[in-house]
Amino acid sequence: MSADHLLVVEDLKTHFKTGAGVVRAVDGVSLTLDRGRALGIVGESGSGKSVLSRSIMGLLPGSNVLRSGSVKLDGHELMGLSRSDMRSYWGQTMAMVFQDPMTSLNPVMKIGKQVGEGLRRTLGMSKRDSIETAERLLADVGIPEPARRLNEYPHQLSGGMRQRVTIATALSCGPSLLFADEPTTALDVTVQAQILDLLAAQQHDRNMSMILVTHDLGVVAGRTDEIAVMYAGQIVERAPTASLFANMKMPYTEALMKSIPKLTDKAHTRLDSVGGRPPNLISPPAGCRFAPRCPYVSERCLTEQPPLVEAIESPGHYFRCWYPVGSPEHTDAVRRRESLAALAGGN
Amino acid sequence: MAVLAPEAGGGARRRFDVRLWLPTAWVALVAILAMTAPWLHRVPLIRLKPNAKTLGKAGQLPSMKFWLGTDQIGRDIFSRLVWGGRVALAVGVVAVVVAMVVGGTLGLVAGFYRGKVEVVLNTIVNTLLAFPALVLVLAIITFLGHNLWNIVTAIAIVGIPAFARIAYANTLAVSQREYVLAARSLGAKNRRILFREVLPNVILPLSAFALVVTAVAIVAEAGLAFLGLSIERPKPSWGSLIDDGRKLLVSKGVWHVSFIPIICMFLTVLSINLIGDRLRTLIDPREAKV
Repeated sequence: MSADHLLVVEDLKTHFKTGAGVVRAVDGVSLTLDRGRALGIVGESGSGKSVLSRSIMGLLPGSNVLRSGSVKLDGHELMGLSRSDMRSYWGQTMAMVFQDPMTSLNPVMKIGKQVGEGLRRTLGMSKRDSIETAERLLADVGIPEPARRLNEYPHQLSGGMRQRVTIATALSCGPSLLFADEPTTALDVTVQAQILDLLAAQQHDRNMSMILVTHDLGVVAGRTDEIAVMYAGQIVERAPTASLFANMKMPYTEALMKSIPKLTDKAHTRLDSVGGRPPNLISPPAGCRFAPRCPYVSERCLTEQPPLVEAIESPGHYFRCWYPVGSPEHTDAVRRRESLAALAGGN
Repeated sequence: MAVLAPEAGGGARRRFDVRLWLPTAWVALVAILAMTAPWLHRVPLIRLKPNAKTLGKAGQLPSMKFWLGTDQIGRDIFSRLVWGGRVALAVGVVAVVVAMVVGGTLGLVAGFYRGKVEVVLNTIVNTLLAFPALVLVLAIITFLGHNLWNIVTAIAIVGIPAFARIAYANTLAVSQREYVLAARSLGAKNRRILFREVLPNVILPLSAFALVVTAVAIVAEAGLAFLGLSIERPKPSWGSLIDDGRKLLVSKGVWHVSFIPIICMFLTVLSINLIGDRLRTLIDPREAKV
């Protein structure tokens, strides 16, 4: 293992015991993240991307969660550590920015206290030092008049400002790995870009690694080094960002891409959407998990689960598909399907 | 819930608010008189003498000598009202604070730690809730005796499950919020999260509820006294004053002996409820003031 790997996740499984059965929210995910790099995790609601990031951090509630596999941070195995052992990683090594700044700030605590709390407790700063550092952190994340904001309550700030505060809080103890769990989903479109640029800038300035979780391919496009596409608890495609956009292998990634509205489209163009719903994670489909919704589905897809394989022509590009987009097999599959459809239409 | 100029909000907040200050003034008056009652007989103008009999003729209307008139055996109604206020104050403050602290702690612990603790505490609370309150109070008072602190204890015990339920429900909701997870993701320990993140958010609905319970507790004690189940006569309580006056109203048609304590209690309970309403909207930082 190279020394550059900050995070190595191997075959991570996170299952939830529920009344209806075992939900396989994360089902065998492996990934590596190098120091100072950004990884985007993309997938629709229920694909397990948020659970994945919380599972890596060890933040899931205890009793009904089954975790297995390996999570190595800086060479240290995190899997199986007790809560109190994990606590030494939380904040200082790993931190998280949450989705909704309306609920991720305590409404009855002043901003200064919330940002400074980690500084005082984890880093043992004095009250005065923590206030000064908090003010500098707020300035870093682009909050005007930080000194005044310290004494305000969260409801006095706008959504974008609040998200800046949560970012400042997450950055306060100098983590080497930052998770951003859909950090812009709850924000106005105009603010989204600012927050994403801020995250990217901070990641760059602090030489931090970042895992950016989102459902929007557009969000991760310019701001990550690598992208992992998740579907039904598994990674279905993983590639360096440029390679992924240039050469999508997985029909699911393609479908996600098509569902982004384009500025060049004419007004009232019908938006492509992925039909159907994500599979039941209690009893996932036997074959490829995307098969029931895949436009190019073939017989093999329904019975055999494709493994995550590396593309021959572009190393580092992994995908999980029998008939990857752009391959001769894919063209064949499409042709077969079309002829079948023509047959059905002829009858 | 967006940006606002803090000056605008602050200015409106500090303006004189009749709906808040009038009830507060009344409650403060009642509370001060009740608290200083043992010394008021030395104050020349007030001359408080509640239990000395036959201070004047029975059933007198309010006058300079007897500010609120005299009762069926000629005792000064004002003096008895002030001494009765001590009972109301004890029940409304001590019993409610005890119930809030005990019930709030039970609910907070049950809602935060969940698991076995939750099951045990909820069973206790549900048992208390299922037990008829009046029977419980009567049992406690009969067993321990009719004195003020036993009545306070009884009302506190009856109040515990309600506080526990509210604290429990709010703790469950607050513990699920992302700021709790955010605090945890920064390395905060359970106890710290409980006291710094959860408690401050639960204490607000709890204290708003406490003011409602204060009003209810005062009425409950008066009800017990009206039935002759509170502190023993001739010690005055608002409820027994009303009962005494009722007899006079029925037999002689004298109205003021019962109506004066009724009005006094009505104003007190109404004021407490009004204060509760106003305070909730004013002090809760979660409600944006635009």
